[in-house]
Amino acid sequence: MFDNFPLWPVPASSGAGNVDALFIFLVLLAGFMCLAIFTLIVVFAVKFRYRRGHRAEQIEGSVPLEVTWSAVPLAIFMVIFVWGAVIFFRERTPPREADAVYVVAKQWMWKLEHEQGQKEINELRVPVGRDIKLIMTSQDVIHSFYVPAFRIKQDVLPGRYTTAWFHATRPGVYHLFCAEYCGTEHSGMIGQVVVLEPAQYEAWLAGGSTFGSLAANGESLFRQLGCPTCHRSDIQGRGPNLVGIFGKPVQLEDGRTVMADENYIRESILSPNAKIVSGFKPIMPTFQGLVDEDQVTALIAYIKSLSRSPEGAAGPAKPAPGT
Amino acid sequence: MASTAIPVEREHYLNTDYGIRSWLFTTDHKRIALLYLVTITVFFFIGGFFALLIRLELLTPAGDLVLADTYNKLFTMHGQVMIFFFLIPSIPAVLGNFLVPMMVGAKDLAFPRINLLSWYLLVAAGIVMLHTIITGGVDSGWTFYTPFSTAFSNTKVIEAGLAIFIAGFSSILTGLNFVVTIHRMRAPGLTWSRLPLFIWAHYATSIIQLLGTPVLAITLLLVVFERAFHLGIFDPTRGGDPLLFQHLFWFYSHPAVYIMILPAMGVVAEIIPCFSRKRIFGYSAVAMSSIAIAVFGFLVWAHHMFVAGISLYSAMIFSILSYLVAVPSAIKVFNWTATMYKGSIHFDTPMLYAMGFIGLFTMGGLTGLFLAALGIDVHVTDTYFVIAHFHYIMVGGAVMGYLGGLHFWWPKISGRLYPEWLGKFAALTVFLGFNLTFFPQFILGYLGMPRRYWEYPPEFQVLNVLSTAGSTILAVGYVLPMIYFLWSMRYGKIADANPWGAAGLEWKTASPPPTDNFREIPEVSWEAYNYDEIPAPAEVPVGR
Repeated sequence: MFDNFPLWPVPASSGAGNVDALFIFLVLLAGFMCLAIFTLIVVFAVKFRYRRGHRAEQIEGSVPLEVTWSAVPLAIFMVIFVWGAVIFFRERTPPREADAVYVVAKQWMWKLEHEQGQKEINELRVPVGRDIKLIMTSQDVIHSFYVPAFRIKQDVLPGRYTTAWFHATRPGVYHLFCAEYCGTEHSGMIGQVVVLEPAQYEAWLAGGSTFGSLAANGESLFRQLGCPTCHRSDIQGRGPNLVGIFGKPVQLEDGRTVMADENYIRESILSPNAKIVSGFKPIMPTFQGLVDEDQVTALIAYIKSLSRSPEGAAGPAKPAPGT
Repeated sequence: MASTAIPVEREHYLNTDYGIRSWLFTTDHKRIALLYLVTITVFFFIGGFFALLIRLELLTPAGDLVLADTYNKLFTMHGQVMIFFFLIPSIPAVLGNFLVPMMVGAKDLAFPRINLLSWYLLVAAGIVMLHTIITGGVDSGWTFYTPFSTAFSNTKVIEAGLAIFIAGFSSILTGLNFVVTIHRMRAPGLTWSRLPLFIWAHYATSIIQLLGTPVLAITLLLVVFERAFHLGIFDPTRGGDPLLFQHLFWFYSHPAVYIMILPAMGVVAEIIPCFSRKRIFGYSAVAMSSIAIAVFGFLVWAHHMFVAGISLYSAMIFSILSYLVAVPSAIKVFNWTATMYKGSIHFDTPMLYAMGFIGLFTMGGLTGLFLAALGIDVHVTDTYFVIAHFHYIMVGGAVMGYLGGLHFWWPKISGRLYPEWLGKFAALTVFLGFNLTFFPQFILGYLGMPRRYWEYPPEFQVLNVLSTAGSTILAVGYVLPMIYFLWSMRYGKIADANPWGAAGLEWKTASPPPTDNFREIPEVSWEAYNYDEIPAPAEVPVGR
């Protein structure tokens, strides 16, 4: 309607409506409270304005009133808290079967990689009606992945993975902003999320890519780096067998148990001695500086794929589409 | 000097000595307050100048007025100057310095020389900050987020950090002075329950300054160590944790919001009873809510970090704690409003500022409820919604309170009255200019415009133009008082000891007060805000 003067952001994800609903509730509540306070001030100001000979009536205060106007706001606040927390819980808990997109942020661009191997820069194509999980890291400073139309935002940190997810409901082109100040071209670190109809998306997947899938790239890198020497897939070698470990708890040498998620695998590649699996020795060299963020991503995608197919390393990597 | 020939003028703190040394080496809290007033006014206009440049750049979507790097320096230094060199010292160091000893019936603060030292520290810090600005500036954002500040920015991060580090000690020493003065130097009969609420507010503020500021100092020192000596503290490539920085930084910087707003709340709690001719409604609730804000204010810092990568459950805990700290603020708003009920209200300039304060602080506070709601915060954090919210608190709240207080106590400080109609005009200008500047930013924020953007998509332009237009009006509203205050020092009508008919010990001594405040230490036998015993000035028939 107002192309140059929008007053409401387009809602384009399954979560956007929930955020808008709470926001509208809060606008009404805040509007009502402002109106109440402003009306009282104006009414008092007019009604009790100074008139010669008229004196103010001294009032000490009132304990029942103090209790009321502490308890009632507190009760309302708790409703807002719970409502906000429920939305947040949903926003922060990606569905298990979501399609992964790997995001690497750097000064000042977004690099995006689909599991099928398609790479994009400052543009993310996703199908409408599917759950998309973003697994994000930064090569330098803190950035923040922000799509106003989806009402999602998540800081992207160097040295670890953070995640976000969405379920686009409306085809279209939406802003992708970096929301955490990151230096000179911070305001130029913008891009777009293109939500396509499923058929269009499949056509795009099939058309463009000459790359292998992310997991297949990871597998060849895994061999290139000599990982299978220790991480054997048939038996336990000098390093743990990686088949089926992703997403499972791992028993550590010091007695702790950690979840084998993206952050754990990443740490095990870059600082292998940080967490030693029970029964193994700290013999693995670090790959810090030998692999970049994109390669770590590919390795993780490969290790994840080992958990999907029961037959192990023999057939994890799906053939790259279009080859 | 042949002073015997001239009719002897009453001696007060301003005319005891005119030499420059008598100012630079003074230990009189009132003179030190004026030194602070001059210092922070300079910084206010520097910070305001940066703000105007920011608004001008944002008039158009393209980055066309200044370079991207310049813009980044402008918003960084606007924040640093306004927060550390204007807002934090503003009410405490100027009005608090002037009034705390007088309000408790003392001749000076507990440590007059430490008081002078804290001004020198602020000046030293200010010189370092000015040097930083002049020799290239800093672009880390006022928040110094790592690893950008420690490993990527190639501007003067260390120098700016040092400036703020030094300014922090000024703040700590002022807080220390107030705490000791309020505890140890109250006049006989002035029990805790008879203290003006301005004193309660400053007591709460001082506690935060004492407990919070050292953490900021430590944090900045760690930033300097990492940047200068490449220690791995916050930078993950050296084994550090960038979130550790954010926790440490906000542990101070959230309570710092209360350092800025609590004193303004104290000012308002003085002004409203005076111009309503009434005792404040719910004295102990207002006093205790200041303490509650100071205590709870320390437990909510991570609500700045909901999308930073902290765990789901810690986010929930910080969200619920943030709602708890909103309750005492709500209590204050209700009690101020109730104080006007059945009053006999006069609309002099300070009252206009106080009423404006209630309105703008209410809007700032209510939009805080939006940000504390986790699901909403994810969308609006780091957007213009946050910018609008905290400017409603810090400019709509703290600066309105500061200006209201300055007008209220100006007759006491200078012995002169400012031109009342100009005062009212300026107050109205500030109120309108402020709302036009910052209200559109709430909408921009919900639309999704991120903060700290040099360029922005064209659909955000109309709202940005409104905001920029408002900022020019706001600027006029801020320049006016400076002009007429200066004018009034020479040409203003002579003020008597108590031109507003206000309660409080500071009004029981001459305007301007003598150097040692009171000829004899008063003995207090009345409750605070005993307006039933003090006639309004308009009711006094002759000779006021």
